Amino acid sequence: MLKFDHVCKRYPEAGDVLTDVTFHLKPGEFAFLTGHSGAGKSTLLKLIALMERCNRGNVLLDGQNLNKAKNRHIPYIRRKLGLIFQDFKLLNDRTVFDNVALPLVIAGHGHQEISRRVRASLDKVGLLGKEKKYPLTLSGGEQQRVGIARAVVNKPPLILADEPTGNLDPELSAEIMKLFEDFQQVGVTILIATHDIPLVKKMGHRVLKLDHGRLVAS
Amino acid sequence: MRKEYYRKAKVPVRKKGFVSNLGDKLHAYLDIHAHAFFSSLGRLVRAPFSSIMTIAVMSIAIALSAGFYLFVANIQQLTDSFEDSNHMSVFLKEQVSDQAGAKLAETLRSYGNIKDTKLISRSQALTEFREYSGFGAAIDALDKNPLPAVIQVMPSSESMTQQQLEQLRHTLSQLPEVDQVQLDLEWVKRLQSMLALAERGVTLLSTIFGIGVLFITGNTIRLELHNRREEVIIAKLVGATDRFISRPFLYTGFWLGLLSGITAWLIVTMMMMVLQTPVDELSKLYDGLFNVLYLGFIEVMALFGISTLLGVSGAWLVLVYQLRQLNPE
Ligand SMILES: Nc1ncnc2c1ncn2[C@@H]1O[C@H](COP(=O)(O)OP(=O)(O)OP(=O)(O)O)[C@@H](O)[C@H]1O
Ligand SMILES: [Mg+2]
Repeated sequence: MLKFDHVCKRYPEAGDVLTDVTFHLKPGEFAFLTGHSGAGKSTLLKLIALMERCNRGNVLLDGQNLNKAKNRHIPYIRRKLGLIFQDFKLLNDRTVFDNVALPLVIAGHGHQEISRRVRASLDKVGLLGKEKKYPLTLSGGEQQRVGIARAVVNKPPLILADEPTGNLDPELSAEIMKLFEDFQQVGVTILIATHDIPLVKKMGHRVLKLDHGRLVAS
Repeated sequence: MRKEYYRKAKVPVRKKGFVSNLGDKLHAYLDIHAHAFFSSLGRLVRAPFSSIMTIAVMSIAIALSAGFYLFVANIQQLTDSFEDSNHMSVFLKEQVSDQAGAKLAETLRSYGNIKDTKLISRSQALTEFREYSGFGAAIDALDKNPLPAVIQVMPSSESMTQQQLEQLRHTLSQLPEVDQVQLDLEWVKRLQSMLALAERGVTLLSTIFGIGVLFITGNTIRLELHNRREEVIIAKLVGATDRFISRPFLYTGFWLGLLSGITAWLIVTMMMMVLQTPVDELSKLYDGLFNVLYLGFIEVMALFGISTLLGVSGAWLVLVYQLRQLNPE
């Protein structure tokens, strides 16, 4: 599903952020990405979402070499990903429904299809009935679940989450993680960057550990 | 075996599904357009102050061009009504009799470079003067007709050069019966060449104001894009193409252009209406020679079309450049 092959990433200002990173995620696999602050976790995820490009090596998504993707192909590659952020990145002037519907509208689905899938997605994260609310009237945990609903509404084969529980208390964090496990159950590949070592240990999935840009455990 | 059959039977069903799916997609596409179309208008309405300011500036620029164009067109029709601007008036000496005058007119008509002549005798001249000048009473106060007889001479060709005309005038002025010869509408000629210049001016001015309008829309869209930065970046993250993101902004450009065009048209029409009364008064004095020309249907449509096009183009230019820069970091 996802393959890193001797990947290096350097920022002119910060020097080498990722050095010779190689790993492989199989379809349906669940992995955590850990490491100290500044280890390069977010950078690694950005390479997959083509928010950055690597300087050396190859990133392969579903067999497609992302280094070779042209800029105009980026939107279509991103539609295969479900991206989840620590700060949710919701549109605060739109309702929950509109936020979750956005990827479907972009992909050009019809009204009924959108309505059906948004509802199904909100049902999955336990927010059915809050379609008409605005994000800022929801709790942090609920906002993150809106973000997750938006990420999965398009049924992407790979979900990338960058510290999705960073702002949540342990109980909510565990709930959110449980959600990700549910998605894994239906065959979605999952990669989550997190600081929450106790939670990672408790859940017992594969762990990719970065240390100063090098993969020290996988 | 049964499964195979089932699959085969399903083919037409899938085909139908494909077609209706395509219909659904088309529908969705139109939906997106309709949504962008109305939501961009909604946005303008919800920020009335800045919208009105922008549209006011744009429409004044457009109205200036259109107004100047219309002004030139009006003067143009005025000079068009004085065709044959190379007519000459040959004034006869006072002592020349009507018969002698008629004979001279006849003779002149046989000249190769004269197409036609028309004698206006002294009494005819007096009648005309009384009728048109408004100084009838003053004329009646004189005990003697002060007006000379005139032979109007129409040269044979419209396209005689200034030199040839001058020569003809000289020849005529040498005749013993002739007092003086006047090239009738020399001023029309001058006005016409000035109008040709003014037409160039209209083109130049419209181009400059057009570029201005382009920049005003561009700048408005740039600000709008800046205000909606977050939204644009999130849309990009969930897979929106630049085309999808551009759409509502292009429609904003469309509305700005169209609304400015309509406002400009109203401004110009109002200006012409203000001028209507004095022009009518003036026209009455000159035998209803001119009418106020308004923008015609085609011209109004062209005005709307061009302003809309400028709005959309201004937006497009900014989007092409700015969307590339606006990336999630
Ligand atoms: N756009 C950028 N330009 C320059 N340097 C950058 C950029 N983004 C990240 N870096 C640097 O790269 C290094 C890794 O950053 P990254 O965000 O990947 O770390 P992280 O593991 O996600 O850290 P955290 O746990 O704090 O989120 C940091 O030293 C950071 O300063
Ligand atoms: Mg990070």
